[in-house]
Amino acid sequence: MKVLIRNGRVIDPASGRDEVADIAIAADRIVGIGAVRDFDAEREIDATGLVVAPGLVDLAARLREPGQEHEGMLESELAAAAAGGVTSLVCPPDTDPVLDEPGLVEMLKFRARKLSRCRLFPLGALTRKLEGSVLTEMAELTEAGCIGFSQADRTMTDTQVLLRALQYAATFGYTVWLRPLDAWLGGGMAAQGAVATRLGLSGVPVVAETVALHTLFELVRATNARVHLCRLSSAAGVALLRAAKAEGLPVTADVSINSLHLTDVDIGYFNADMRVVPPLRQGADRDALRAALADGTLDALVSDHNPVAEDMKNLPFGEAEPGATGLELLLSLALRWGADSGLPLAQSLSRVTLDPVRVLGDALGSLASSAGRLVEGGVADICVFDPQAEWRVMPDALASQGKHTPFSFASTGMAMPGRVRATLVAGTVAYEARDADR
Amino acid sequence: MLSRRNPQLNAHGELIHLLSIEGLPKAVLTQILDTAGTFLSVNDRDVKKVPLLRGKSVFNLFFENSTRTRTTFEIAAKRLSADVINLDIARSSTAKGESLLDTIANLSAMHADMFIVRHAESGAPYLIAQHVAPHVHVVNAGDGRHAHPTQGLLDMYTIRHFKKDFTELTVAIVGDIVHSRVARSDIHALTTLGVPEIRAVGPKTLVPGDLAAMGVRVCHDMAEGIRGADVIIMLRLQNERMSGALLPSAGEFFKSYGLTAEKLALAKPDCIVMHPGPINRGVEIDSSVADGSHSVILPQVTFGIAVRMAVMSTIAGNAA
Repeated sequence: MKVLIRNGRVIDPASGRDEVADIAIAADRIVGIGAVRDFDAEREIDATGLVVAPGLVDLAARLREPGQEHEGMLESELAAAAAGGVTSLVCPPDTDPVLDEPGLVEMLKFRARKLSRCRLFPLGALTRKLEGSVLTEMAELTEAGCIGFSQADRTMTDTQVLLRALQYAATFGYTVWLRPLDAWLGGGMAAQGAVATRLGLSGVPVVAETVALHTLFELVRATNARVHLCRLSSAAGVALLRAAKAEGLPVTADVSINSLHLTDVDIGYFNADMRVVPPLRQGADRDALRAALADGTLDALVSDHNPVAEDMKNLPFGEAEPGATGLELLLSLALRWGADSGLPLAQSLSRVTLDPVRVLGDALGSLASSAGRLVEGGVADICVFDPQAEWRVMPDALASQGKHTPFSFASTGMAMPGRVRATLVAGTVAYEARDADR
Repeated sequence: MLSRRNPQLNAHGELIHLLSIEGLPKAVLTQILDTAGTFLSVNDRDVKKVPLLRGKSVFNLFFENSTRTRTTFEIAAKRLSADVINLDIARSSTAKGESLLDTIANLSAMHADMFIVRHAESGAPYLIAQHVAPHVHVVNAGDGRHAHPTQGLLDMYTIRHFKKDFTELTVAIVGDIVHSRVARSDIHALTTLGVPEIRAVGPKTLVPGDLAAMGVRVCHDMAEGIRGADVIIMLRLQNERMSGALLPSAGEFFKSYGLTAEKLALAKPDCIVMHPGPINRGVEIDSSVADGSHSVILPQVTFGIAVRMAVMSTIAGNAA
């Protein structure tokens, strides 16, 4: 199909392009950017007053499949991705069963392809059943479509296995995705600090993150394995990451929309919507994370999307399941952070488009050169949004089955900046806002 | 983020639930203490009943075992002429298959007017208070490590009874503060009532530095902590915490932080010694002190009934 996106403000963080232009799409490719004439489009999208950006790339979104097929989770969550302007996402392997066999990965990729809403890049389990003792068949899993290997939120306690996993992954150039958390220190339900102490919630100290980072950096030095650090949460963690990057270690890192915008004070009167992993820390940590994302120490902003069922949240804080819905909020929260930090639009967008693609690197194969970019001849993964529009997060109106978010209008009383108008994946319209939403 | 109204207060600032002492105005606390004073005389009468809660159903909902607190609530409710229903529910609501909110919905359908809730999870009474009908009141009888507000109030009643004025006092709270809901409620109440010096005393494993943000002075040395104190509140050390990574042994704890007559001599001569009970003799407190002339541990229990009557009658009289 030939699609013409007319008269939008085209922003491509990679090339620095920021100008009003048309984009012509044929089949799954961008075939022209500029003033397009004589293009016999079957479909035209009027982007006057709108921004046309690369589709968002989310490095952390749980889809709950395999595990909750009967609830149509993959369908609803990929629809949520499309509604959020997300055209590629990375999902962790802590599904049920765990993504530790090629057949499971192939099935998941096949099902996602059939829905054609969003490109899906699964992380394979680093160890069988994520139990932290036996390595998975990483080469087989890579062939099946895994773009890296992870323990998800199950921390590895056995450093011998961790060392070998890094050695083995480094042999083949696979990236290992790990959340820096010491298993013994990380057992609490809120960040250690004055709020947790006052509310009587067990605390996760900052050292739970820094002890793990020190260990990981030592193991990276020893193995030269490429490691992506998932969801940093503390100022001290950011400082260690900055030093590791300055030293030249092959590490990248991300931060969640929750840690970027919220603090433990937002827990208020035990609001279980604020129960997330890693736990919300203090204002100084949030400020350090925001600064590190601005200067590029943190490579990417992620939604850390995790649809949690109503029954699992309507519980006392400590019993509530951690997690929040996020795919439909990623763009707005990137824009809000960028505006708060006084950054150009292209830079805020880069952290959810180009930079996550760089984190993925060669694992993306032929997509590596054009995903997260708007280039002639490249894939047509595109997000069209209205930068002036504000919207209120009404959980029931979200496409995701996860209705719990710390950013609901009822919680924050604040409107969100930026509204997705259309999402194209491989040249196909995966989402288009209804007129009623405009 | 939005500033939300304290869920314990209605739009007029009146108490409709008692969930925590935190955030309650001094006037609300003082009024409960004054009301408790009037109920003390009821307890001395031959017919120990007033009709304030006649026809009301009070459900004692204890998700965590307790004999003493449950009994004092039961006595208090009965002296207010309420119908009391005791439910002993296993520690975890989810373990039994029924969710906490389903349990509450079922009991509400039985026309409960008030829930007295004890739960192992901090914040559980807040969840309940958010989901009950407007005419139903919730009293927190202890949630996790978070709060035990009626204990806090009875401790304040006891201190006021013996010391009259809060504004010149030095109060030392000694022991396992990190796990103590009593300590948190006492600290909030003492700061609200204007106590100028509150000390939290214990080893670093049990007294975190973050407590300073609550307005207390953190002391890791027992002598420094109780020197010149007007009031010493000893906390119970739970059996499971007596030896492990928090403390090496009960004996070593007693040696460093147990209250003996010798250490008590460092406090003011008219110092009172309190304890929420049940006491571990020879672990946090020596028998000679627990039974000695400074001890007001038994008056605390007596005052506790009057204070719980005051709390229940106060919230029952205020509409959401």
